[in-house]
Amino acid sequence: MTGHEHSQVEVHHKEGFIRKYIFSTDHKTIAKQYLITGIIWGFIGMILSWFMRLQLAYPNQPIPLLEKILGGWAEGGILKPEFYTALITMHGTIMVFFLLTAGLSGTFSNYLIPLQIGARDMAFPVLNMLSYWVFFAASVVMLISFFVQTGPAGAGWTMYPPLSALKNAVPGSGFGTTLWLISMALFIVSSLLGALNYITTTLNYRTKGMSMGRLPITVWGMFVTAILGLLSFPVLLAGAVMLIFDREFGTSFFVPSGLVLGGQPVPHEGGNPILWQHLFWFLGHPEVYIVLLPAVSIVGEVLATNSRKPLFAYKICVGAIIGIGALSMIVWGHHMYVSGMNPILGEIFVVTTLAISFPTAILIFNYLVTVWRGSLRFTPGMLFALGFLGLFIPGALTGAFLATAPVDIQLHDTYFVVAHFHFTMATAAAFGMFAGVYHWFPKMFGRMMNDKLGKIHFWGTFIGVYLIFFPMFFQGIAGVPRRYYSFTEYNFTSQFIGLNKFITIAAFIAGAAQFIFLFNFFWSMFKGPKADKNPWKANTLEWQADSPPPHGNWGPELPVVYRGPYEYSVPGAEEDYIPQTASIKVEAK
Amino acid sequence: MIKKLLTLPLLILVASFSFGQNATLKGVVKFKGEAPKPRLISMKADRQCDAMHGGKPVTAEDVVVNQNGTLKWVFVYVKEGVKGKYSPPAEPVVLDQQGCLYHPHVFGIMVGQKLEVRNSDPLLHNVHSTPKKNKPFNIGQPVKGMKSYYTFTVPEVMVPFKCDVHPWMSAYAGVLDHPFFSVTDDKGEFEIKNLPPGTYTIEAWHEKLGTQTQTITVKAGETKSIEFTFERKK
Amino acid sequence: MSQNQSKFHGLLFLFFFILGSIASVWVVLRNGWWLPELASDRETIDKIFVTIFIIAGILFVLSELALSYFIFKYAGDARRKAFYLPGTTKKEILWSILPGVLVVMILEISAEFLGGASIWGKIHGEPPKDAFLVEITGEQFAWSIRYPGPDGKFGKVDPKLISYDNPLGIDMSDEASKDDIVFPAGEGVLYLPLNHPVVLLIRSKDVIHSPFIPNFRVKQDAVPGMVTRTWFVPKKEGEYELACAELCGLGHYRMKSLVVVKPMEEVQEWLSQQTPAGDIYW
Ligand code: HEM
Ligand SMILES: [Cu+2]
Ligand SMILES: [Cu+2]
Ligand SMILES: [Cu+2]
Repeated sequence: MTGHEHSQVEVHHKEGFIRKYIFSTDHKTIAKQYLITGIIWGFIGMILSWFMRLQLAYPNQPIPLLEKILGGWAEGGILKPEFYTALITMHGTIMVFFLLTAGLSGTFSNYLIPLQIGARDMAFPVLNMLSYWVFFAASVVMLISFFVQTGPAGAGWTMYPPLSALKNAVPGSGFGTTLWLISMALFIVSSLLGALNYITTTLNYRTKGMSMGRLPITVWGMFVTAILGLLSFPVLLAGAVMLIFDREFGTSFFVPSGLVLGGQPVPHEGGNPILWQHLFWFLGHPEVYIVLLPAVSIVGEVLATNSRKPLFAYKICVGAIIGIGALSMIVWGHHMYVSGMNPILGEIFVVTTLAISFPTAILIFNYLVTVWRGSLRFTPGMLFALGFLGLFIPGALTGAFLATAPVDIQLHDTYFVVAHFHFTMATAAAFGMFAGVYHWFPKMFGRMMNDKLGKIHFWGTFIGVYLIFFPMFFQGIAGVPRRYYSFTEYNFTSQFIGLNKFITIAAFIAGAAQFIFLFNFFWSMFKGPKADKNPWKANTLEWQADSPPPHGNWGPELPVVYRGPYEYSVPGAEEDYIPQTASIKVEAK
Repeated sequence: MIKKLLTLPLLILVASFSFGQNATLKGVVKFKGEAPKPRLISMKADRQCDAMHGGKPVTAEDVVVNQNGTLKWVFVYVKEGVKGKYSPPAEPVVLDQQGCLYHPHVFGIMVGQKLEVRNSDPLLHNVHSTPKKNKPFNIGQPVKGMKSYYTFTVPEVMVPFKCDVHPWMSAYAGVLDHPFFSVTDDKGEFEIKNLPPGTYTIEAWHEKLGTQTQTITVKAGETKSIEFTFERKK
Repeated sequence: MSQNQSKFHGLLFLFFFILGSIASVWVVLRNGWWLPELASDRETIDKIFVTIFIIAGILFVLSELALSYFIFKYAGDARRKAFYLPGTTKKEILWSILPGVLVVMILEISAEFLGGASIWGKIHGEPPKDAFLVEITGEQFAWSIRYPGPDGKFGKVDPKLISYDNPLGIDMSDEASKDDIVFPAGEGVLYLPLNHPVVLLIRSKDVIHSPFIPNFRVKQDAVPGMVTRTWFVPKKEGEYELACAELCGLGHYRMKSLVVVKPMEEVQEWLSQQTPAGDIYW
């Protein structure tokens, strides 16, 4: 089993540097490209959040270092308010789309789908390569927007018009927003190319014996994510194109007549700003599940493997994931309870939103049962998977407040929402991603990551994240609106200036922990101990390939699947795991 | 060609200083009719601003009729007839934000001359300028002592300034490519110095009451007086 | 990996969540629910909030404690095999669904039964006929306020008439306009009568804003091109802050207004001292 018969295959595929590492069509290389680009974006997004936290903790106090780093945006060491709104916009956009959509889905859909279904590559390898490079182009455009004289886009990651539609509504609404829209259009094209590939590959390239009912939960998660993306991203693309038209060609999809901006009449007429909110959230809500589902499914896989137990009620879990995916398409209105939307619609969205908490609660409960009476192995991947549960639970429970329309009147657009979505979508999904990186790193790079550093990273991040975001629930309940440049202006906000210092310190500690990860990641890539084929004694197919798998993944023969992915600790079996390729029959004693 | 361009203003300059041959234009802007009740600005919604004025309302500067029946804040400038090129002075024009008001309310500035926008209040002001021909700008100054600098590239009468945080704050800049402008003061008087002999169109601009023009001819060394009269619009 | 090390992580989880739970409970006991003091008739919102808070709080503590207890209790042991529980029998499947369903039911039913739907309907329904009308208009970055004057009717507005002198673009040829009382952006105070229904008509001149009065549990977006509306009854005399809750640009964080609640007679008297629009716009 541990032979190195792949060597001739590799010789066959000897390629030049450029074909191998840059314009590669190998799904594994593309996955690594996504991962590394994602990590870079993650750090940029995090550093942006530091600037915001500094401003919130020390409002109106000059920090000379800031001027050195940011130049004109922090003249005299004081962050400008228009730059703060640009910061939240870029932080949100980067984290949601570039890190947790492209970086997460791009990495793990690409890496795991072919390996876990026993395929040699994606259905359309060239399209796959194109998908990465279009994403790369989107990244470059987004980066360029930081260097525009009026600054990057500043209307929030939700880009509500007219703020985003009128070029002088805020400095960032100028060229920065144009670049944001172009970048997002490219990004969507890239996502669609990727999604097409993931769906086709999952449906058509499964190896012998790999029925849909034997797919690892990860593949199900990525598959449903891809379908969601395919259905919802085009809507945002249409919205973005309409917004570009409003901005550049004088159409009025989103801008009503009779506006007066800064004392100057605005020439548009006849549009409706709420239309954008519908279009945006028609993507935007599925988007948070596009971020969450891959993470949730990675967590399921990692939990089962490291609990040495079958994923509890696999079929129900798959059903829950499909259910979440389907329902996520019809809940977008819960972002718009106070938007001026028809209040009857509001009531309907209350019902659909409550409906989506069923599959979510079921999934999380099943995960808990999976851990129950297991034989837990605390790898860093496992810790992050458990941490995911620890974070997702408060996130999901606080959703109950926001789903209830009358309570949302008070909590909408306050820090309660900031805390809620950072727990559910932001840090939970990031934890899922970390779990995946630690878990599959040995397969990706053929080396093990350092265990100790991984655990320090986990605890630093887990505690840090709780200290950052948990107090924000209370700030939100007290009414502090989000996207506020400083808390100094109101009595009900200024009570929190002290707490803000505390949160900022926690943000820096959590941030520092990420540098441990960064070091561990790159150091282990070259210096880590060599990994064997199946370091975690896991069942799924990828662990039957070499670490790292050669181009084409498998030897001359494709693997054949005989069983489901989660036969751990089966009574009567010799070992506590039975790979999907094992054809033995196990008799329970 | 370039040499010629350069020498022309130089010659004018030399001429104006060494011979003192240039004319001075003086005058007043009068207001006819019953003076409108000054509009009051209440700053109640911004406690900090309100406190700076002791909680009392402030009078708006849009129509200020002086004690002697003249009009303040009228921008008087040479609209047509200036020949030659003038380079802007090195020192900047200062637009100060103090007590949640702009100082001065109306001012002139030359193309290429620096405008220093200064915040003397310990709170956010937002400098929002909406010119038609020059580049608009919109910038926040959250703390006391902040300064921002701008220059204008083409003549424009007038460029409005507004603070979006305190919508009552407004100021106007007349941007010209020559130095022949003035703003009426507490006595309604203005004075334009060093005007080379010639025939000129003089315009007086008021933000509410519109514009008026006169054509005049000045001789070398002369001090000429003119008068504008504005009337309350129906 | 040694068993001790496994236990160590389990303990850490346990420790962290117990500590966290104690801290949260302490914070709530000390500072209450953190909601700003209620000063309007929307106490149902608070009631639902507190109910969800308690239920979700209990669920939170229970599930986090269960999680950390499992982590502690079932930390890896070479001698013990995990309990094989694939969850494929009917009974097991029922078990996997039931708790989720229960949790959700508890949360939702409690929310709805406490009157969630009825207060939502009330807020968006017809206000009482004799309600006190105020119009609040957002612009970057201040609020204009308009009272209808003695006739109880707002004059027509036309954006084309907007100018420095007429910031709301009031059409003075409309009879209803003459007695309107207008405070240009940033210059007004929202005077509201005590114990009397108040209807807020909400407009915007440029981008989306959202007047938010935390003490009243009132928030409603100001959407350009539309008039949105909300109504409530102020229940406590005093001064309150109105903030903007929807990102509207660089001054979003200080787009504020003062709300003053006084008995009806005082509000009426104050209004009668103000200059009506007909006398200002010449
Ligand atoms: C390093 C940890 C993080 C810190 C300290 C942090 C901090 C912040 C802060 C201070 C804000 C602005 C709040 C406001 O002014 O309203 C914010 C907004 C946001 N963050 Fe994070 N964040 C972190 C990680 C993440 C991650 C991983 C995501 C991934 C989805 C994320 C997504 C967002 C989004 C979507 C917004 C809203 C942006 C908007 O309002 O337009 N954050 N975050
Ligand atoms: Cu949502
Ligand atoms: Cu100001
Ligand atoms: Cu706002």
